[in-house]
Amino acid sequence: MMKNILAAAAVFLLLGVAVYASFFIAPTDVKQGLIYRILFLHVPSAWTGLTAFFISFLANLLYVWRRQPRWDWLGVSAAEVGLAFTTVVLVTGPIWAHPVWGIWWTWSPRLTSTFVLWLLYVAYVVLRTLIEEPDRRALLSALFGIFAFIDVPLVFGSIRWWRDQHPQPVVMGEPGAGLDPIMYKVLLFSWLAMLALMTLLIRQRYRLEAMRGDLETMQQELEVA
Amino acid sequence: MSLFPNALVLLGKELRTEFRSRELLTTTVVFILIVMFMFSITFQPTSDESRQIGPGLLWLAFLFAASLMLQHCFLREQHNDTLSALRLSVSDPFAILLAKLAANTLFLLLTELFLLPIFALMYNVSVVRVVHWLALAFFLGSLGISIVGTALSAISAQARMRELLLPVLMLPLLTPILIVSTEVTKALFDRAPYVRWQGIGFLAVFDVVFLTALWLFGEYLLEE
Amino acid sequence: MTPPAFSPVALRFENIDKRYGGLLALRGVSLTVAPGECAVFAGRNGSGKTTLLRIAARLVRPSRGSLSFSNSSCDDEKSPVRPGFVAHATMVYDELTAEENLLLFARLQTVSRPERRVEALLEEVGLSDRRASLVGTFSRGMRQRVAIARALLHEPAVLLLDEPATGLDPPGVAWLAEAIRRLRDSGRTILMSLHGESEISSLGTRAIRLDAGSVVADTRTGATFRSVLTFADA
Repeated sequence: MMKNILAAAAVFLLLGVAVYASFFIAPTDVKQGLIYRILFLHVPSAWTGLTAFFISFLANLLYVWRRQPRWDWLGVSAAEVGLAFTTVVLVTGPIWAHPVWGIWWTWSPRLTSTFVLWLLYVAYVVLRTLIEEPDRRALLSALFGIFAFIDVPLVFGSIRWWRDQHPQPVVMGEPGAGLDPIMYKVLLFSWLAMLALMTLLIRQRYRLEAMRGDLETMQQELEVA
Repeated sequence: MSLFPNALVLLGKELRTEFRSRELLTTTVVFILIVMFMFSITFQPTSDESRQIGPGLLWLAFLFAASLMLQHCFLREQHNDTLSALRLSVSDPFAILLAKLAANTLFLLLTELFLLPIFALMYNVSVVRVVHWLALAFFLGSLGISIVGTALSAISAQARMRELLLPVLMLPLLTPILIVSTEVTKALFDRAPYVRWQGIGFLAVFDVVFLTALWLFGEYLLEE
Repeated sequence: MTPPAFSPVALRFENIDKRYGGLLALRGVSLTVAPGECAVFAGRNGSGKTTLLRIAARLVRPSRGSLSFSNSSCDDEKSPVRPGFVAHATMVYDELTAEENLLLFARLQTVSRPERRVEALLEEVGLSDRRASLVGTFSRGMRQRVAIARALLHEPAVLLLDEPATGLDPPGVAWLAEAIRRLRDSGRTILMSLHGESEISSLGTRAIRLDAGSVVADTRTGATFRSVLTFADA
């Protein structure tokens, strides 16, 4: 209990420093002004989301191989946390795009890919709600998770390829490419803070899932007895 | 090594059951026909507009039709628990999936073969000159749809709300196929048709990647 | 019945658990079925009979424990024992004819000279004159005959029968009892689940009772045999 509170406190401290750095240490962008600072939330969220999906993918593989419930728990926890971070990306994107591009949403390759990524993992979560029996749910959702993650580079690749033929009017540069070195450092630090938050969230979500699994077992044992 | 002989025997069974009733093929063709007709009367595209939106519409229609058609490939096996009989009989369960995906690819190609001339007439697009390239693109695209669709229909058949679940699982996974097949087809429908090699290559890569994944993980899809 | 193309096989369940989520369908089942034995499993619905048979067929993998077949003459690694399985469902296609069904499974199992084998089996189960009819048009009893023929295609040394008499009329049951008797006498190891006593249960050489996933009674002697079979139903 104490350990949890300490871990949470450490994570929030890191996040606090990251927020402070994004607002007061990183210099203001000449062209975009203040709004560009949302970058320090937007970009690290995207990276963190992908990291969480990768963890989920590894857990899915391990489940198929070892068939231990804990890999199922880790798989679903990481996928849901990844989904949360990806949602942040999809929400902060338009908030930034509206003042800068003048529109809320555009089917730019990056947004489109992120949106498809988001849909893939929403489908994963939906699938899990539709299978009752825990072992079957674990196995089938793990397999879907594996297929979904394999699909990610193909989605990004196809959309990028498609974009090459239809250039969008305004496309953000490669992240970090044209950035001021201080901005770049702040960005990396924000990512670090986000990764810490991700770890904390996955850990909590995993404990919840583990308790749920134990509860299910106890309930059914009671019914038999 | 009885994988391919087994798959061949099973493919024969799939084709025999389908061609005995032809229910699946007729219904799918009618479905796509209706979708194409609806689009045509809603937007009344000119010949140039059809070249732009036609390919996308065509592939969307194929994708939706496939998501309906593929429902049945494992539900059929549940009816008398024939899937268990197949699992008991084959030495490699991948043979079951291989036969199903071959049959599904074939069924999709057959509907496409039937619909392409109708599409060309309805939308004023000339396809005669590029028909061999179209065949290649349609083959690679349909193969990709079938590989992913067969795997996912094995999943959705074991869940609730399966009719709705299959498209939910399948369509996002197949966005790459939708995008690239559409672009390749668009180039072939152009007034001065050309072949998008990059796209053809991408479709081939997609097929190989997912075929490998299915080969590695397919047997678990059929577990009880 | 054709002379046995197999050597007798024993089955060994070792400490098998099968968990469906939180539900333990089987708990710690350890059992050895000797070669040529005809074991009858009794127990209420949900006692784990079907699960045990499906594990023996290797359709279901146990959550814990192991299943092994011991065959004195052949190596299990090289040519694994493939039990013949008759389940609740017929496991044949309604939209194919009896002959097509059997040919399909014979070819999948790489039975040598499939046409001949199918011909002989159709004769044996008494469906020769209906071979070209779709199984979907058959009565329940005729379907069960096709199901049994399918299980026997590859002359399995082990037979697993999950309530094989379901849906059969009295002549059908008599036919089935006769068929099982011949199979038993040919030295095959048979595991079957049954409801209560019948002509078929009297063929058993051993009665095993399951309750809530555990073996609660197991006997080979005539006196207690009947009580093990009928214990909860009485």
